[in-house]
Amino acid sequence: MSNRTLLLEIGLEEMPARFVTNAMNQLKQRVEKWFESHRLSYSKVEAYSTPRRLAVVVDGLVEKQEDMEEEAKGPSKKIAIDDAGEWSKAAQGFARGQGATVNDLYFKELKGEEYVFLKKHTSGEAVQSLLPELKEVILSIPFPKNMKWGTNDLRFVRPVKWIVALFGEEVVPFDIAGIHTNRVTYGHRFLGSKVEVKEADHYVQTLLKEFVIVDPLERKKAIRTQIERMAEEENWSIFIDEDLLEEVNNLVEYPTALYGSFDERFLTVPDDVLITSMREHQRYFPVKNGAGELLPYFVTVRNGDHRHLENVQKGNEKVLRARLADSEFFYQEDLRKNFASLFDRLEAIVYHEELGSVADKVRRVKDLAVKLADKAGATEVEKQQTERAARLSKVDLVTHMVNEFPELEGRMGEEYALKAGEHVNVAQAIREHYLPKQSGDPLPQSSISAYVAVADKLDTLVTSFGIGNIPTGSQDPHGLRRQTAGILQIFLSEAWSFDLFTCIEEAIDLAAERDLLKRSKQEIIRDLTDFVKLRYKSILQDQGIRYDVVDAILKTQLGRVTIVVRKGKFLMEQLSTPSFKNDVEAFSRVTNIAKKAEDKKAMVDKGLFQEKQEKELQTLAEEKQDKLLTLLNESRIEEAYDELKSLEPAIHDYFDHVMVMADDPKVKQNRLSQMVLVAKTITSFADFQTIVFHS
Amino acid sequence: MNVQEMILTLQKFWGEQNCLILQPYDVEKGAGTMNPMTFLRSIGPEPWNVAYVEPSRRPSDGRYGENPNRLYQHHQFQVVMKPSPDNIQELYLKSLQELGIKPEEHDIRFVEDNWEAPTLAAWGLGWEVWLDGMEITQFTYFQQVGGLDASPVSVEITYGIERLASYIQDKENVYDLEWVNGFTYGDVFLQNEYEQSKYAFEVADPKMLFDLFATYEKEAGRALKENLVIPSYDYVLKCSHVFNLLDAQGAISVTERAGYISRVRNLARGCAKQYYHIREELGFPMLKVKEDTNHE
Repeated sequence: MSNRTLLLEIGLEEMPARFVTNAMNQLKQRVEKWFESHRLSYSKVEAYSTPRRLAVVVDGLVEKQEDMEEEAKGPSKKIAIDDAGEWSKAAQGFARGQGATVNDLYFKELKGEEYVFLKKHTSGEAVQSLLPELKEVILSIPFPKNMKWGTNDLRFVRPVKWIVALFGEEVVPFDIAGIHTNRVTYGHRFLGSKVEVKEADHYVQTLLKEFVIVDPLERKKAIRTQIERMAEEENWSIFIDEDLLEEVNNLVEYPTALYGSFDERFLTVPDDVLITSMREHQRYFPVKNGAGELLPYFVTVRNGDHRHLENVQKGNEKVLRARLADSEFFYQEDLRKNFASLFDRLEAIVYHEELGSVADKVRRVKDLAVKLADKAGATEVEKQQTERAARLSKVDLVTHMVNEFPELEGRMGEEYALKAGEHVNVAQAIREHYLPKQSGDPLPQSSISAYVAVADKLDTLVTSFGIGNIPTGSQDPHGLRRQTAGILQIFLSEAWSFDLFTCIEEAIDLAAERDLLKRSKQEIIRDLTDFVKLRYKSILQDQGIRYDVVDAILKTQLGRVTIVVRKGKFLMEQLSTPSFKNDVEAFSRVTNIAKKAEDKKAMVDKGLFQEKQEKELQTLAEEKQDKLLTLLNESRIEEAYDELKSLEPAIHDYFDHVMVMADDPKVKQNRLSQMVLVAKTITSFADFQTIVFHS
Repeated sequence: MNVQEMILTLQKFWGEQNCLILQPYDVEKGAGTMNPMTFLRSIGPEPWNVAYVEPSRRPSDGRYGENPNRLYQHHQFQVVMKPSPDNIQELYLKSLQELGIKPEEHDIRFVEDNWEAPTLAAWGLGWEVWLDGMEITQFTYFQQVGGLDASPVSVEITYGIERLASYIQDKENVYDLEWVNGFTYGDVFLQNEYEQSKYAFEVADPKMLFDLFATYEKEAGRALKENLVIPSYDYVLKCSHVFNLLDAQGAISVTERAGYISRVRNLARGCAKQYYHIREELGFPMLKVKEDTNHE
């Protein structure tokens, strides 16, 4: 027998569901890596997991490590041979240290000098003797949170209960926290029992008989199939949320889906409340009819088989009844209050120690939102609605319902605002001003929502930067990156043509007026420019703009979001026109040579011109510079580019006749200054030099 | 099974597992964890196994006796074992069987739930135990208590008596539970619920409570200076309860809240540290108790 199957199973008290899948993948990767570093070949590694176990089954693992031939380098010849021409002590020592004799030594040249070498042969060890090292592999699995138990010093995700380590039929001996490896595993807590795994190959089947489906994908498939069958039989539509399915899957070893019902009277409570209550508290899947209306049923997944399902159903119905009664109570309590007047309670809620209360923030957001509406040319009515929406945007934070379900912020605000008779635009903006909450979320659907959404995010952004809370590395507790990306996306979808940085300045001013900022306006803007630039990158790449084109346009003016993006798209189109490469080469000649200018601010002295091409290019560049900027500002990208392109013949003509690096230093400096001027015009469109052409 | 039988069954079961069966502690508290028989005794190396019922006050959960599920005061059945036994989950499941719950006929699960008590500078990892979707027990391996690393680790099992009883007796309303033949939960506690809720929300005088907090805080510190940990800790508990009453009235703003919590926490830390020192000076006497001692 030359290959065997290896089984490794760690039995644990129930792991947190959210850790299971990653831990399983980590175990697999680490086992594979261990094989590789120990020169062990195998056919494949399968990983398995349930809440109570992590396992790998390795097929076709060799019996013996591969032999290894290595060449070991010793001292240089000078040192290896003594004055008498004999092997020196150093050479002898080297050979001995490698387990060889001086007879095995030979010379080889390395970088002009000769050294002694010897060939080293390491015979592979029997795998059996190496496998106990898997203990360290198990202990190296990273978990977000570890714990201690009993009198052990070990920290691990949950107490270790058993370890199965079998190489074929043989137990691989090691122990963790006093638990010795064995061939005994445990089935389902209530349906299965303690069982011996005879051979590593039998693992999956052995546990299946004990009501444990060890393959998480099989379990997931089973849950999905059961729910889909139920939906079909009952003519329901059951949305299977992937995150919820993943969690539920890691809470069971043997899943059986079942449904229960609740009193129809609870359907008067908003759907989102019912759905959140079912999902967050109970991990239920909500049930809808074909028209998308919520039905008074829920689907849950039990860890067990079909026996006594009625108990499980009844119990879950009872729990949900109490939960929904609570939600109904909160909802009705909230409705009894005057929604708008709850604003006063925001005064007592701290937004941030250094930035005052939520009410303070709302006042800043309100001022800023109205300014944005104004810039966007909103009507008086729209401005009033914007102001109202901003004022009410955070009021739901003091309602019972949001207290109970924080993820319903905004959504409850909309609900209560509508019930309180607020305008539908105002209510909608209360919900939508949080959008986009994460990447891939929809954007605010109305412009009123957009004003409030951007004002809220801008205020968060500038005040955080203003007190020195700047995201670093993976640290971004307030999600400033996401919020900045949201700002750019909204500017884009609303096609706002006003300048983002002007808005940033206004947001800074609003906070500075209230004496909240610890850093100067210049510092904040400087840091924010870099920060915004990085967000732009991903937005532009999402728009299908290539990374080098992104770099080219990010070196230009960034305030006008739509222009930046349109420029990117325009350049992407240009990439497929044959003449573009020539354009870029001409522009790059100018920008390249302009870099050589020592004094980038020197004025061009027309009196020093010697060739007519110098004068022609000068006249043209001066004429185009303003025109180009005007066209860009009007978002007339194509025309702007045509203007730039019209410089091209003059540029070629110039380089054909003018030697920039002239002998006369004065002339040379003047020509370089001219190049700087032309380069400035060119780079106001893009830094063409960074665009890459593949031959 | 009525509530009284449930309690007796759990006491008998855990008594057989070598737990001392003790009585509730006579100072108001929000949870059985705060009883010094858990909080202080889980500190240090001395083994400790105990079980008791703890009436626990949560003023902000008071509902004037009108809500079928929420209570100003509920009852916890508390088990603490140090070091945590290897078979603690099995013991717990066995205790459910004693209560007539056959695990194979239900859906019992251990769902991640990490516990933290900021006022006690204590936290642990563990689960809430679900019985057919209902949380019936909090199951925690203490990792820190009073700011001290737990070593060895204690395990704490907290049964929610009312929850469990409403399941076992199949009652929708907590006041309909049968405490013992002929007496409902309402007979025993309804008036208490109404009066305590009314007092907590409407009648208690915040000014007096703030004064009491300051007085108790000071006294806790004074007792601790005299090396009297347990009297000091009594005042920590009183601070905590007064804080909960103020909180129920909304008398403490969000900003102030953190400040009050940290004041209680500092006192709890002080008690924990001092308790450890005193036990250490005594040579951790409970270490000498033979492991096979049966408390029955």
